[in-house]
Amino acid sequence: MATEPEIYAALKEIFADVFMRDDLELTPALTAKDVKGWDSFKQIEIIMASEERWGIKFNTRELDSLQSVGDLVKVIAAKTA
Amino acid sequence: MTELHWLPTIADWRPRLRALGADPGKAVDPGKAWDEAVALANGRINFVLTNALDEASRRLFPTPPAGLATKPVRLAVLGSSTLTHLLPAIRVAGLRRGIWVEAYENDYGQYLQELSDPDSALYAFQPTAVLLAFDAHHLTAGVTAALDAAAADAQLTEIVAHVRETWTRARDAFKAPILQQAALPIHLPVLGSNEHRLPGSRVRFVARLNEALRAAAEADGVDILAVDERATRDGIARWHDAGLWHRSKQEVAPPAAPLYGDLVGRWMAAKQGRSFKCLVLDLDNTVWGGVIGDDGLEGIALGQGSALGEAYVAFQDYARELARRGIILAVCSKNDEANALEPFEKHPDMVLKRGDIASFVANWSNKADNIRAIAQELNIGIDSLVFVDDNPFERNLVRQELPMVAVPEVSDDPTSYPLALADAGYFEGLAVTEEDRERTAQYQGNRAREALKSATTDLEGYLRGLEMELIVRPFDRIGLQRIVQLINKSNQFNLTTKRYTEEDVLSVMADPDAFGLQLRLTDRFGDNGVIAIVIGRLQPDKDLTIDTWLMSCRVLGRQVEPTTLNLIAANAQRLGARRLVGEYIPTKKNGMVKEHYAKLGFTLMETTPEGGNRNILDLGTFTPAETFIHVVEG
Repeated sequence: MATEPEIYAALKEIFADVFMRDDLELTPALTAKDVKGWDSFKQIEIIMASEERWGIKFNTRELDSLQSVGDLVKVIAAKTA
Repeated sequence: MTELHWLPTIADWRPRLRALGADPGKAVDPGKAWDEAVALANGRINFVLTNALDEASRRLFPTPPAGLATKPVRLAVLGSSTLTHLLPAIRVAGLRRGIWVEAYENDYGQYLQELSDPDSALYAFQPTAVLLAFDAHHLTAGVTAALDAAAADAQLTEIVAHVRETWTRARDAFKAPILQQAALPIHLPVLGSNEHRLPGSRVRFVARLNEALRAAAEADGVDILAVDERATRDGIARWHDAGLWHRSKQEVAPPAAPLYGDLVGRWMAAKQGRSFKCLVLDLDNTVWGGVIGDDGLEGIALGQGSALGEAYVAFQDYARELARRGIILAVCSKNDEANALEPFEKHPDMVLKRGDIASFVANWSNKADNIRAIAQELNIGIDSLVFVDDNPFERNLVRQELPMVAVPEVSDDPTSYPLALADAGYFEGLAVTEEDRERTAQYQGNRAREALKSATTDLEGYLRGLEMELIVRPFDRIGLQRIVQLINKSNQFNLTTKRYTEEDVLSVMADPDAFGLQLRLTDRFGDNGVIAIVIGRLQPDKDLTIDTWLMSCRVLGRQVEPTTLNLIAANAQRLGARRLVGEYIPTKKNGMVKEHYAKLGFTLMETTPEGGNRNILDLGTFTPAETFIHVVEG
């Protein structure tokens, strides 16, 4: 199972690829509003890259519930538990 | 599988992209930046990295760079659902082929309105090519299990007529070639295995529609983008995600976008006559299993009787199928020519015959030079060659020296070779002509090799970058089996071809006046294993005789020979020797090392009537050669 720190570390790599910048600090409260260029397409990229990374599949309800990076980490942690 | 698995992984891809994208204000050499962008597009990248590369390259090249050999493409992508996420992949697929692409997407669902309106943004875009990408929901609107056969047929006729109408409009408006995407088989069956008995089945309708579109495309001169066949090979779940469709109306899931884009890129390249034309094959462990020079005709894996032998037959069969539809075949092998030809002439299970090969190059020169020679002999562009080799060293050498040559990444399993060639779509063709079928014969007609300009290759730079380490160990019990195996198996690079048993090797280990060395070579691509064996024996007159010196041909041309000589000299001096004596004993197989000692600076003392020679090197005046290989005591 993936621990939260491991998930944050891996997500940081995914975010670095999606936004091509290494300086994003991922905090639980971070949302799309806080990051330039984080639109619905980037959101799907992050989701799909996470699905690839952990070999998981988000269902529609889970995707609807995502508001922040913290939410995303919780769902990933639950699915990899 | 929708990965671009035939492209090599580039380890420093991310820093290179950042370097490319950095300091947009800074003056960069546009030619170099374009080449770097093309190189990055030729790495194995997923959809996220594809998008990142697209962003950088669009910033750098808002207009086509000057001096491109390819024609820029302005592609209108017209469809009924969300296609935005496919555009970066299409542009990057163009970039992969050196083609600058600008793409346009119609306002959501408005393709017909825009095609009908000369004041639309679509007209202002002035496309030079049009891709029609209708989603399968749009194309099956109104189709339901409640329809009877006549109603279903009428529906099919109507939708085909509608698609043809868009072709006509697009062609009238833009005088541009048209690519029609086949419908993706995304629907679920409602009857089951015998779905075909249900006239109004959407599954069935999509299959019939794709057949009908192909027939109409033939009549109207339109090309097809066969995502239906591709998705059947990959599994539709790799291409389509129902949840994503409901969320964002993306029919093609983003992870499949790079492959979708690549399929479009192949078409754009084929339209410009830039598909690859010639398949260049390595032989040992590529066309058959094993090394013909060492294993002999009976020893190579080829043909029925073993899974491995059958896999090589299957690859040869695929290559011959390519030849029969117009692809030129060539051979580029590190071998004595006579050895390389032997299976073609004598092995009963060879599918490929000498007559199928338009250019046959087997020698010991480096492969980049040989591939240049093949292009010259066949009088085709070097950028139309695809080179298949099981050996990662050779692949990377050719990629570095000749970046315009396509070199698919393959595993050491021969089943991966035809798969890589087919999935990469190098030979994308749009039509088949009689001329294609006769092509190999044509090329053979003028096989006479033109005089070659000797091309200068930056081999030194390549070797330096390899970070080679030669790990030297005296003979030991751990290595005993491998040492004995090499001594008894190596035929080609083997100066004396003396065969020894385990006991013989143990007695070398026990002899204070002898040494045995086993040499392992590693480089940044991995461990090549034990690749050379040396036995030296000190004579009473303080001459050190090189009793055995053998090496794997895989590592030829990498400075292992002079580095090994340095080690022999050091060991000889440790035993108190004053001179080295090197002997070449000729056999049927070892002609390649006849001049071995002369090349290393030995003085010829005598030749034998059989063609052998004895050579001397004075250790007092010997200076070790500088090489790019770092020697490590293992």
